Amino acid sequence: MTPMAARRHEPRGFPRQVLDSGQSLLVIFAGVLLIAGVTQTAALGVRDVRTALAFGGLIAFGELLRLNLPGDREAAPIAMAGALAYALLINVGNSPAKHGPHQVVAVAAIGMLIGALPHLAVGRPARLSAMAARLVAVACAAAVFRPLANHSLIGSHWWSELPVMVSLVILAWLVEAVIAALIRTDLLRGRFGVTLLDELHVQLPLGAAVGASALLIAFAAEEMGLAAVAVFTAPLLVTQVALRRYTGIRATYLQTVRALARVTEIGGYVETGHSARVSKLAVSIGRELGMPEPALLELEYAALMHDIGQLSLREPIPGGATVLVVREEQRRIAEYGAEVIQEARVLDTVADIVRRQSDPCRPAERGEEPPLSSRIIRAANAFDDLVGSSVEPSRAAAAVQRLRLDTASEYDPQVVEALSRLVSRRSVLGP
Amino acid sequence: MGKLSRIAWLYIGAVIAAAAVGVARGPFTEVNWAQVAALGLLLVACESTATLLSSRSSVSWSPNTIPSLAAVVLMGPVGAALVGCCTVLGVRRGPSPAQRLFNTGMFTLSAYLAGRVFLLFGGHVGTPKDSAFPGIIGPFAAAAVVFVIINFSLLRGVLLLAREAGTPGARIGLDFKVLLTDMGYAVFGVLIAALWGVLGPFTPTLVIIPLMVARWAVAQFAAQQRAYEATVSALCQAVETKDFYTRGHSERVSRGSVMIAREIGMRAERVEAIRYAGMLHDVGKLGVPTSVLQKNGSLTDDEYAAIQLHPMRGLDIVREIGFLDEALAGIMHHHERIDGRGYPMGLAGDEIPEFARVLAVADAFDAMTSTRSYRGARPVHEAVAELRKWAGTQFDPAFVDAFVTAIERDGWKGPEGAPRSDDQAAATGALPAQTAQGDALAGGLAAGVMLRADVLPDDMLSHDMLRADMLSGSVAEPDEDGLDAPTKPLRAIESI
Repeated sequence: MTPMAARRHEPRGFPRQVLDSGQSLLVIFAGVLLIAGVTQTAALGVRDVRTALAFGGLIAFGELLRLNLPGDREAAPIAMAGALAYALLINVGNSPAKHGPHQVVAVAAIGMLIGALPHLAVGRPARLSAMAARLVAVACAAAVFRPLANHSLIGSHWWSELPVMVSLVILAWLVEAVIAALIRTDLLRGRFGVTLLDELHVQLPLGAAVGASALLIAFAAEEMGLAAVAVFTAPLLVTQVALRRYTGIRATYLQTVRALARVTEIGGYVETGHSARVSKLAVSIGRELGMPEPALLELEYAALMHDIGQLSLREPIPGGATVLVVREEQRRIAEYGAEVIQEARVLDTVADIVRRQSDPCRPAERGEEPPLSSRIIRAANAFDDLVGSSVEPSRAAAAVQRLRLDTASEYDPQVVEALSRLVSRRSVLGP
Repeated sequence: MGKLSRIAWLYIGAVIAAAAVGVARGPFTEVNWAQVAALGLLLVACESTATLLSSRSSVSWSPNTIPSLAAVVLMGPVGAALVGCCTVLGVRRGPSPAQRLFNTGMFTLSAYLAGRVFLLFGGHVGTPKDSAFPGIIGPFAAAAVVFVIINFSLLRGVLLLAREAGTPGARIGLDFKVLLTDMGYAVFGVLIAALWGVLGPFTPTLVIIPLMVARWAVAQFAAQQRAYEATVSALCQAVETKDFYTRGHSERVSRGSVMIAREIGMRAERVEAIRYAGMLHDVGKLGVPTSVLQKNGSLTDDEYAAIQLHPMRGLDIVREIGFLDEALAGIMHHHERIDGRGYPMGLAGDEIPEFARVLAVADAFDAMTSTRSYRGARPVHEAVAELRKWAGTQFDPAFVDAFVTAIERDGWKGPEGAPRSDDQAAATGALPAQTAQGDALAGGLAAGVMLRADVLPDDMLSHDMLRADMLSGSVAEPDEDGLDAPTKPLRAIESI
């Protein structure tokens, strides 16, 4: 092993370790919470077993029905609503709820674990960090509210209880979002601010539904007893079914675009794997530059389809390398590709990104500079045309060097710098 | 609702008058104005989220049962009617003033009558106490049923007078499923009433949030699905450009396959899958090098094999699309024949996946009824006769029958500019004589370059003939055949 290769290894190993330790820290913390909750509950005795069982059952049921949200996120809305409602209970029927925060943690944790078991049985591993985040969020709400409720520090009118409960529900939601954003920042090397905003944006509607349902269950338990638990879960179930199908079709959408983008490869227009590599690289650059998630999705679509215009060529360009053909022709290909995408009528931004991909970043005559996504695709495409599927680091470095020479007019220096950082980290060029 | 007749106006007037009389009779003693305001606001919110039942429907739906029935329990008939009046304030663009007035009258009257029924069945007006609970269910259920049924009947009436009753219920989307949904939402009415004791006027907001999020999620799903469909279809058109096909072939094969699938009563998910299979069935054509498709001169065996591989190539491309399982088999085998002489596997009879047999019929039919550069489009009845002729050898007779039945009932929208068969009865008529061999070749079961070869007996098939067809199938003089649109960019790039 040469000294240079050894040095290359360092930055690759280091962030991975951070990622692992961050997540395991969270899981360990949740584990400690769980043990503390269970032992204290065991020591002090379980208060109101029937209620605990009902909510534990609801949480387990919700965990069983957990779903994936777009962007590889996990959510368990019903479990979360059940756990928060249990934390915020004041009365069940006519008797006041006197369970402490430790019992909330114990019931929530055990419910979650039981709900996760069937998933394990069919070979779907539990995502411990997501479960841990949920548990911590519930624990926060319980730690604040249980003492208030148990010492009757909170009035018995909705106008005195409700503000406290609403703020706690929001607190729990924020805690979960912040933890999820921290994990994602680690995992994807994004920027924390951007990731947090993305997270809040994705979680807002579901969070609102979960929060409102939790409050409804908590209040209704007072009026209707435990029947409330089942009734107010119904809207969440509908939401969940719809969201599951939504996530499904979104994944299918991406798969389809990925698959159909390969027609250029099968038709011999571009090298095998070109579209996939360019889109992966482009998304990494976009994330490095702090683009928010919706923009990243558009960037991914545009990058996948950036060569679709080549279908209009009679003879494929040798090797499919658009970087080697004249500007006019590049522009024509881009224009045709954009026309194809525009046909769909729902991807106008994507079409625009594809259209402008052949424009140099500092246009000589036509004023406006192309959108950032176009500039990213332009650089990623050129890089891939030069490097191809090769994983040779010297070749990658040479390609970056060549792009850097052209930053005066052709490529966006900011994009090339981001690419250079990525290449030196070797995180996007795995074998 | 289009322009309204005098009777329709009278009807609307009568509904509003009945509602007004109900309210005017009082008594107003049980009306709590704070509750009217809170529930009225909720009703406005509900009304503002109204969505059309289906894209072609003139009827929209909103969860108005929730506030109306909550008002029935809390305040009885008059209060409920007053809440119903708030319908007029709904913030949405759709309805004309006449529709708005009618809707208001309809919801007011429905709520009033539901309130009367609630009392009739012994319901107690006011915030239900703990003790009210199992007892309230009977009267409330009766009220909910009455509300929904009156709402539907009044709506049916106005549609009848506005001459939209001829449209089948399925098309305007007014069916049993909507009734059930309404009843489901009605349950939340009693929940709001029950929670009023603990949560006061904040109840409606809290109850409505999860419901609105649920509707939002459903809408998101629908929007994503539409976007997906549009994108797939756009990408398929891009594929067609290379293929020199008449624009829209994939789209029409998809539609034809769906017609067959519906006719034979396939489940909805399978119909969806076959829709995409139809769109994607020829994607593999891209795997055939352009140089082969456009070659001047005889095809070598290798090149011929390359052409025969296109269904497999198609499979390669779409394999990674997760949900398409059954559709994948359809795409791969859409050139198989019932008698086992198709490709790529030479499967016969029931060995051929159902999807593939459906696709084959729709594919051949569209190829025959579309214009090609070497011939005009053939009328529908000729194409049908051709399908019939080859049913049992090339096509599954059951699917041919299903397709013909569907075409006879619903018609067929071919490519623009293609001749339509005015006389649909002719579709079932006798087989027109094939005049020339060339026509049999060209017009035969032409799912592209290949099927034309399929129609020939094997001994007549030579690679040269196939190639000759392919050449005539390419766009020598695109403008003559209405093929200009998809090939424009192509020529633009060729000219540089």
